[in-house]
Amino acid sequence: MPVARLTVALAALCLAGAAPAGCEREARRYQELPASANRETGVRVGALEPGMPQQQAEVRSPYQDNAWGMGEGKRLYAAYNCAPCHGVNGGGAIGPPLIDDKWIYGARADQIYATISQGRPDGMPSFGGHITTQQIWQLVAYVQSMSGQVKATSAPSRNDDQMAALPESRQSKQVPVQTGHR
Amino acid sequence: MTPAEAPRIVDNDPRLAPGGLDEERRRLEHTWRSPSGLIGWLSEVDHKAIGRRFIVTAFAFFVLAGLLAALMRIQLARPDNTFLNPDLYNQVFTMHGTTMMFLFAVPVVLAMGVYFVPLMVGARGIALPRLLAYSYWMFLFGGLFLYVMFLANVGPDNGWFSYPPLAGPEFGYGKRADVWAQLITFTEVSSLVVATCLICTILKMRTPGMSLNRMPLFVWAMLVVSFMVMFAMPAVMISSTCLILDRLMSTHFFNQAEGGDPLLWQHLFWFFGHPEVYIIFVPALGMMSEIIGTCSRRPVFGYLVMVLSMIATAFIGFGVWVHHMFATGLPQLGQSFFTAASIMIVVPTSLQIFGWIATVWTARRLAITVPFLYAASFFFVFVIGGLSGVMLASVPLDRQVHDTYFVVAHFHYVLIGGSTFPLLGAVVYWFPKMTGRMMGQWLGRLSFWLLFAGFNLTFFPMHLLGLYGMPRRVYTYPASMGWGSMNLLATIGAGVIFLSLLVFLVNVITSLRAGAVAESNPWGGSTLEWATSSPPPPYNFLPQPTVASREPLWHPELASPPVVGLESEKRQVLVTAVLDAEPDHRYKVPGPSLWPLATAMATTLMFIWSIFQAMGLVWGAIPTFVCLVGWFWPTRGKERLAASPPTRLTLRESLS
Amino acid sequence: MPHLQSIIHPAGIQAARVSHLWWVMFWICAVVWAAVAVTAMVAIARGRRGSSTATDAQMARSVTVAGGLSVAALLGLLFQSIVTGRALDTLRSPDALRIQVTGNQWWWDVQYEHAVPSRRVTTANEIHIPVGRAIRFDLLSTDVIHSLWIPSLQGKIDLVPGRLNELWLRADEPGIYRGQCAEYCGLQHAKMALVVVAEPPDDFERWLTANRAPASPPTTPEQQRGRDIFERGPCAMCHTIAGTSAGGRSAPDLTHLGSRSTIGAGTLPNTKGYLAGWIADPQHIKPGNRMPPTGLNGEELQAVLAYLETLK
Repeated sequence: MPVARLTVALAALCLAGAAPAGCEREARRYQELPASANRETGVRVGALEPGMPQQQAEVRSPYQDNAWGMGEGKRLYAAYNCAPCHGVNGGGAIGPPLIDDKWIYGARADQIYATISQGRPDGMPSFGGHITTQQIWQLVAYVQSMSGQVKATSAPSRNDDQMAALPESRQSKQVPVQTGHR
Repeated sequence: MTPAEAPRIVDNDPRLAPGGLDEERRRLEHTWRSPSGLIGWLSEVDHKAIGRRFIVTAFAFFVLAGLLAALMRIQLARPDNTFLNPDLYNQVFTMHGTTMMFLFAVPVVLAMGVYFVPLMVGARGIALPRLLAYSYWMFLFGGLFLYVMFLANVGPDNGWFSYPPLAGPEFGYGKRADVWAQLITFTEVSSLVVATCLICTILKMRTPGMSLNRMPLFVWAMLVVSFMVMFAMPAVMISSTCLILDRLMSTHFFNQAEGGDPLLWQHLFWFFGHPEVYIIFVPALGMMSEIIGTCSRRPVFGYLVMVLSMIATAFIGFGVWVHHMFATGLPQLGQSFFTAASIMIVVPTSLQIFGWIATVWTARRLAITVPFLYAASFFFVFVIGGLSGVMLASVPLDRQVHDTYFVVAHFHYVLIGGSTFPLLGAVVYWFPKMTGRMMGQWLGRLSFWLLFAGFNLTFFPMHLLGLYGMPRRVYTYPASMGWGSMNLLATIGAGVIFLSLLVFLVNVITSLRAGAVAESNPWGGSTLEWATSSPPPPYNFLPQPTVASREPLWHPELASPPVVGLESEKRQVLVTAVLDAEPDHRYKVPGPSLWPLATAMATTLMFIWSIFQAMGLVWGAIPTFVCLVGWFWPTRGKERLAASPPTRLTLRESLS
Repeated sequence: MPHLQSIIHPAGIQAARVSHLWWVMFWICAVVWAAVAVTAMVAIARGRRGSSTATDAQMARSVTVAGGLSVAALLGLLFQSIVTGRALDTLRSPDALRIQVTGNQWWWDVQYEHAVPSRRVTTANEIHIPVGRAIRFDLLSTDVIHSLWIPSLQGKIDLVPGRLNELWLRADEPGIYRGQCAEYCGLQHAKMALVVVAEPPDDFERWLTANRAPASPPTTPEQQRGRDIFERGPCAMCHTIAGTSAGGRSAPDLTHLGSRSTIGAGTLPNTKGYLAGWIADPQHIKPGNRMPPTGLNGEELQAVLAYLETLK
C-alpha cells in the first residue's frame, strides 16, 4: 500500500534525524564508572607555562550533552553543599560565582574536574576520594551548564524552588576568560 | 430567499425518471469523485475516505499499544524479572497508556462518527471537509512524532497522566515530558476539529424530515460526544501548555515555592481526563443501540430515556473528576460531593442497560449475529467495571485500592467492555457497508470468544492483585509477595487476547479479498446508511432521501419524496434548520485540496520546533500563517472539477 | 499466600473498617451483577424465540422497577460509604504518637516527634509503632509526589511537595506489615517499600530508647577501620551515623542500620551477604537509585560491613 510505505519512509527519515541527538541527551547510564580525568594531577590551571605552549587534548565530561547526568549534577550540587559557598543558583557567596565568564583555575572539563577533585586554596574542599568519578563528571557538566557552555536542550531547567537566577537552559553562553588568582 | 426560490421537494422531477437517474449518477460521480494519483490521495476530502484512514491508522496504533502491553505482561509474568529494565518499562507503560487513550480510543470512535454520521443523517458529505482532512494529518503526524521519539529514546516515561513535579522541569530530565505534552496538542487539535465537523453536520445538514427526535441514537451519541470534546479538550491543552511553559520558560504553574501547586495539574488534567473516558464510552452507547436495535428487529426501547441518559452521563461526567484525587489530602466535604456525583452517574447508564435488555427481550426473532455477540458481552463485562467503579467512588475504599491493580482492572473492564467490545461489534456490523463484503462468520465468532475469554483471564485476576496490595506502575515485584501466580495468569490471558486480535485481523484481510459480497442492507437495519450501496458512492445517496419516522427503512409506507434541486455540476449540499431539519439553503462545499496537508505540516513543524526552542513557536507560526492564508484565500475552490478527463489532480488545481 | 500487604487482611482499626466496607459492597455488587447477567441471558433466550408478548408499557414498568432498585442499591452503598468515612475520622486524639515521614526518591525518612528536640529519633524505611495507640503521620516530600500506603493498617495518602498531609492509624495486633509507595515517583517507584513493625508498648519504648542513642563505638580494629573508611570515603557524604563525623542528609540515616530487617527501602533482607552486594554495586540491584557504586575493594568492603553490623 503506498500509504503504509510512505508512512514508514517518513518515520524512518525522522528517526534518522532524531536518533543521534536523542540518544545522547536522553541516555541514562546509571552503572557507568567513567575514568577520572586524564592527567588529573597534570592539568594546567593557569596560562603560564615553561617553554613552548603545549597543546592539550580536548576533554569533555561524558555528561556534557546528557540531560540525566546534568540533572544528577544539579542534585549533587545541592546535596554536597556547594550552594552555601557558590550560591544556590551559582551566583556566588563566599566562593566565586559559577554563572559568569571568569574562571580562576580554568573552564575546561578536565580543569574543572581537577578543581573539584583536588580542592583549591581559600576554601574549596577536595572531593576526590569522597565522591565517585561519575559524580564528579556529573558536577563538571552541571557547572559548565551554569555558564551556558552546554546545549540548551540538554541543560537542566528551573528548580521546583524559589529561583534567584535564570535556569541553566536559558543561560546565555559566557565565553570563559582565564583570570588569575586574586 | 423567497418561498418561490427555496428548494422544494417535488415528486416527479424528470431527473428521477429512469434515464435521467443514470445521467444524474454519472454527473454526481464526476463531481464528487476522489481524484487519483499521489496528489489526489494527499488532497482527499471525502469523509468516507478520511474516516477509513482514521480507523485504519487508529487500529495500527491499537496494535502498537497492544504490543507494548504484551511487553509489560512479559516483564510482569514472573517476580524479579529482568526482561525490561526500569527505564524502558516506564517508557513502555507510558506509551501504552498514551497511545491507547489519545491515539486509539478517541480517534477511532470519532472516526466511526466521521464515516457514518453523514450517511445516517442523509447528507451528501460532511461539513467542513478540508478541516476534517487537516485533523487527520494532525493525528497522523502527532502519532508518528510520538513513536519516532520513542524509538529515539525520547519516549515519555511519566505515565499517560504525566504528573509534575515528576514530569516538571526539575525531575523530568531531557525532552521526554515535552514530547508527551506536544502529542497532547496534536491529538487535541485533531479531536476538536473533528468534533466541530460533526456538530455542524448533525445540527445543520440533516436531511429534511429528520427532526432531532428522529435522529438515530448513534448520531445523538456523536453529538453529545462532540460537545464533550469541545468542553474537555481545552482543559488538557491548557495544562499541557502550562507544563511546557514551566519546563521551557521557567513559569511557575506547578511550582509550590512560587505560588503554584502540583495539585493544579491534577485538577486540570482530570477535569479533562474523566470526560475523556466518557468521550470514549458514549459513542459505544450509540453503537450498542444501533446493533441491538437492528438485531432485535425492533426500535430500541425508550428512545427518549436513551437520549436523555447519554446527555445526563455527559453532564455528570464533568462533575466527578476529583475521584481521581481522593488520596491527595483534599478536604473531606469536597470529596463527599464527588462521591455522590460518581455514584449518581451510574443511574443513566443503568437505565440504558435495562432499556437494551428490554429491547432484546421483546425482539421479533433476535438474530445472534457476531455484532450482537459483541454487544451482548457489554452486559457481562461492562457491568463488572461499572460496579467496581461504584466501589472506587467511595472515599474510604478508594483510599485503599487507588493506584493498585484493582483500578487497572476497573478501567480495563469499563473501557474494553464498554467501548472496545461494542466498537469491534460496530466494525463487524458496518464492515459490509464500508467495504461491500461480509466478514467471515466462523472466524468472527472464534475471535469474539477468544477475546471474551482472554480479556477476562487477563483482567479479572487484577482485582485480586489490587486487593492483595500490588500497586500500579511497578516494573517488578518481589517473589515473597505471592503475586506471581495471578500475574502469570494475566500474562497468559494477554496471549489469548493477542491470538483473538490476530484472528480478527486475518478475518478482515480474508474478507476484504474473498468475503461474501454485501448488498446494501445485509442486516436489515432501519437507518439511512443502509439505504445506499455498499460501499456508498462518493456522493452518498442518489436520490437523497428524506425521512418521516425514526426507522425510515422499516416504514417504506411512510416514504416521503426525496430531495431534488441540488446541483450535480458542483459539490452542493442541503443545509437545514437545527430543530426540525426544514430545508434552509444550498451550500457549496470545498473540494479536494493540498492546503490541509500543507497547513498540518506547518503546524507540525511549529509544534515540534517549539519543544527544542521557545522561539520555534514564533518562527513556525510563519509558514502556518502562510498556509492558512492560502487555504482560506477566497477563490472558487475545487467544487467544480474539469469536465473532461484526466481524473488526476494537478498541483495547481489542488492548491486553489 | 502471604498477606503482608493485603487490604482484606486488616490488622488495624482503620483497615478493618474499610475491609468491612469492601465486603458489603462486594456482595451487593455481586448480586446486582448476577441479576443483570441472568436477566440478559433470559432476554436473549426470549428474544431468539421472538415469543415475548410484553407491551411497551409493561416493559416501561419493569425498567422503572429495575431503575428504582438500582437507585436504592446505590443509595445503600453511598450510605455505607459515608458511615465508614465518618468512622475513619474518629481516631483523632491529642495524645497520639506523632511521626513525620518524608518521601524521597526512593526511600522514606522517618522522624519520631518529640517536644524536646534532643529526644527525637531519626530512622529510615522502617517504622515501629506501639499496638493499640493512635498514630498520626505528618507527611512531607522533598522532591516528587509519593504516597504512603500500609494496606494492613490504613488507606493511602499522598506526600505532595509543598503540602503537609496527615494520616491516622492504629495497629490492633502485633506483627510486621509491609507498605509501599503508591504514587508513581520515577525510576524505582517499584522498590520504594517500607516495613512497619507493630509491637507491644513496652517493646516499642525499648526500641525507641535504643534508637535514640548514638551509634555504638567499634570494638575491634576491623570495625575501627570500617568506621574510618565510612567517615573518610564516599559514605559520609550522604549518610548520617550519629556519634561519628558522618552527617550527610541526602540518604537514609544508618545509625541503627543493624536493627532493621531490610535494606534499600524494602528491596533486600538485611543480611551481610545482601548488604555486601548492595554496597558494592547498588545500581545492579536498584538501577537508577541515588547511591553510586562505591568502588571499595574487597578488604575495605569487609571492614565496612564489620562496622555496620555493630550498628544495632
